[in-house]
Amino acid sequence: MAILKVTDMAVNYGMIQAVKGISFEVEEGEIVALIGANGAGKTTTLHTVTGMIPAKSGKIEFDGADITKVPAHKIVSMGLAHVPEGRRVFAQLSVLENLKMGAYTRKDKEEIERSLANVYQRFPRLEERKAQLAGTLSGGEQQMLAMGRALMSHPKMIVMDEPSMGLSPLYVSEIFKIIQEINASGTTVLLVEQNAKKALSIANKAYVLETGKIVLSGDARELMNDDSVKKAYLSE
Amino acid sequence: MLTSILEQLINGLRTGSIYALIALGYTMVYGIAKMINFAHGDIIMVGAYTLYIGIALLHLPVIPAMILTAVVCSVLGVLIEKIAYKPLRKAPPLAVLITAIGMSYFLQSMALLIFSSTPIPFKSVINLETVQIGSVHISGITIITLLVTTITMVALTLFINKTRAGSAMRAVSEDRGAAELMGINVNKTISMTFAIGSALAAVAGILYICQYQSLRPTLGALPGIKAFVAAVLGGIGSVPGAMLGGIVLGIIESLAKAYISTELADAIVFGVLVIVLLVRPAGLLGKKKLVKV
Ligand SMILES: Nc1ncnc2c1ncn2[C@@H]1O[C@H](COP(=O)(O)OP(=O)(O)OP(=O)(O)O)[C@@H](O)[C@H]1O
Ligand SMILES: [Mg+2]
Repeated sequence: MAILKVTDMAVNYGMIQAVKGISFEVEEGEIVALIGANGAGKTTTLHTVTGMIPAKSGKIEFDGADITKVPAHKIVSMGLAHVPEGRRVFAQLSVLENLKMGAYTRKDKEEIERSLANVYQRFPRLEERKAQLAGTLSGGEQQMLAMGRALMSHPKMIVMDEPSMGLSPLYVSEIFKIIQEINASGTTVLLVEQNAKKALSIANKAYVLETGKIVLSGDARELMNDDSVKKAYLSE
Repeated sequence: MLTSILEQLINGLRTGSIYALIALGYTMVYGIAKMINFAHGDIIMVGAYTLYIGIALLHLPVIPAMILTAVVCSVLGVLIEKIAYKPLRKAPPLAVLITAIGMSYFLQSMALLIFSSTPIPFKSVINLETVQIGSVHISGITIITLLVTTITMVALTLFINKTRAGSAMRAVSEDRGAAELMGINVNKTISMTFAIGSALAAVAGILYICQYQSLRPTLGALPGIKAFVAAVLGGIGSVPGAMLGGIVLGIIESLAKAYISTELADAIVFGVLVIVLLVRPAGLLGKKKLVKV
């Protein structure tokens, strides 16, 4: 069953239509990649899915519920977390405070502690630096914090917006490995990436977005061998 | 001479801590809503009149009258935000600024309509004997003011840094969008900030009116603008900055009045502001933005 189902979704910024009626599905347990060039509408798509911007038309369903008009602050407690583009950690809050913000909507203290232990196990670096202000972390560490913060809500699904952006090749591999691990532990992932090669290599399924429209979709491995994809997104 | 300096310092501390209470409202609202609420000073005035109504007209005991004052001011602050500022969330800052100034005049005009411009004498509800330590005299109202502001500031600091709602406020002030993604209701957080800021203004209003003992519709304007200066001096958006800014400003003002000239005191206060901003544009404790790519 599809955990996320987007149907004919269009999004406008004033008069400009950034997303022009797209449909896509994410099955439970999958990693789905959404790739495309700068300005294709990837971030806009994710922002609309998690209620940060309203859809002009279309329908968004998550986990069986219509979330098209659900405001952003109610999305996370439904089990959908968002790791935003540019990480957006709270710079003036400590690492631990950032992680606690991720669990803001959860009540059970014991379960929160368990999630925290899990996050520290996955990102030992964050535990070492838990008292440090998030703004003083390196870019890669901030990315880990942004992911850890999302995991603190114990989500069924995470959408991630360019988690590898601006990271050194070593860190990029590390981040992609962690995304696979998160997925293996049962969390569905919708991954937006410019690094199409890496994204396609870990995804089950992929959609290619071009100026607000989905122009290609299918099995990630097949797309990797598709000539037009190779030419547009995989050339080094 | 030493006695006189000490007494002036204590006077400055008293006025300064009232400025600090008001400055906290400016700075918290700025931090969360990214706007200067120019009607904030007039909340002090509303607080003073409410206390007067509670005591002189409704004959309430002092403590219930004070609670009434805090509640009225909080509700008013929240309403002002909902009615006047919320519809302008996405409007240019200039539109918000003009609305805030308009709101300030609106409150003053309402007070003028209801109470007229004739000052109403008000007998202080805080009656404590003057205390003498060595040769230094400290008035009862000063002691109460220092006590109340210290307790309020400690409580506020704990609230902001240690509670879930306080963390939500800090998160919203840093990144509204990211805070929403955490599940924080931004509208509620903004309302809460206006409520707290206005309650602090109510406390300031009570202390202020017990000192000056005369009610006028414009009584909030001067402490309002001074507290705004204090907030900028300390670094707008910074809570410790507002506390420090208020106290520094109060002390400078008091010393300038006593040793230089009463007429020049305000000019000196604003002169200090200009100099501080030239040297430290973000204010004494203003945040340098941490940016990581
Ligand atoms: N707040 C905004 N106001 C107006 N236009 C916007 C806004 N945000 C994005 N756009 C426009 O919408 C289009 C899609 O932008 P979006 O950020 O979704 O692209 P993207 O695929 O995420 O790009 P990138 O890979 O560079 O992050 C772009 O043309 C962009 O200029
Ligand atoms: Mg983007």
